[in-house]
Amino acid sequence: MAQHSSTAAGDHGAHASSHGSVKSYIVGFVLCIVLTALSFGVAMTGILTGFAAVASLVVLCVLQLLVQLVFFLHMGTSPEQRENLSSFVFTVLIIAIIVGGSAWVLHNMNANMMPM
Amino acid sequence: MSDLLIFSVLFATFAVLSGATAGGPHGSELFDLSFVLTETMLLLISSVTFGMAMLAMHAGQRNKVLGWMAVTFLFGAGFIAMEIYEFHHLIAEGAGPQRSAYLSAFFTLVGTHGLHVTSGLIWMVVMMDMIRRYGLDPVVRRRMACLSLFWHFLDLVWICVFTFVYLMGAL
Repeated sequence: MAQHSSTAAGDHGAHASSHGSVKSYIVGFVLCIVLTALSFGVAMTGILTGFAAVASLVVLCVLQLLVQLVFFLHMGTSPEQRENLSSFVFTVLIIAIIVGGSAWVLHNMNANMMPM
Repeated sequence: MSDLLIFSVLFATFAVLSGATAGGPHGSELFDLSFVLTETMLLLISSVTFGMAMLAMHAGQRNKVLGWMAVTFLFGAGFIAMEIYEFHHLIAEGAGPQRSAYLSAFFTLVGTHGLHVTSGLIWMVVMMDMIRRYGLDPVVRRRMACLSLFWHFLDLVWICVFTFVYLMGAL
């Protein structure tokens, strides 16, 4: 822990610009409220149905994830963030494989199952 | 990272089992979306107030950090209280985790998220005590950065939960 904390203190200065500001949190917060309201609006009013509703919910979800990553977790494309960004992209790939793969495989199994 | 994998596996499980209601109730008959919207807002606000605590920490304002953390704790506790109420309500209605595979997956996924938020709250109390005792030294700063990451991460997971579990379930 002692080693960790000394590196944390050491590189603190370099990251000072990436901690965000009150303004960036407020902007992120407002964007999240708008996106949340839109998502619930789609589901509660039944304005869209079927595929359009599902697709718009997924898009709104991804948008809000991105907003939070950028404004709350300060993920960006600046050089000191490059490493975080690439490990994040890798993580997303793994998650996509696990979630998408499971759903795909089990859907096929279900479809090919003998009727009981 | 391991938490991300836990949640992605639970989401996959939920996706697979979301049709398996065994004749029991489905999401659209169970969920009160305005209730979920309030929960979402509580967690979102707590995420922002924790961000304020982090900003105060980088500015070295110890009392402000403690104040914002207390606010964050209250919103987080409110979220947990609402979730416990919701679970109790569902179980009382006979829609407990034993009713169908769909509800098992629902309680596991949402319950795991709730447990994570609870442990985040405990962690927050511990950090408030550490700040009170030791001030904002490098160790405390490091641990606060980890807690910040964890807390924002829980909000990210909740976005996926309310989209895929509640809203899609209600369509």
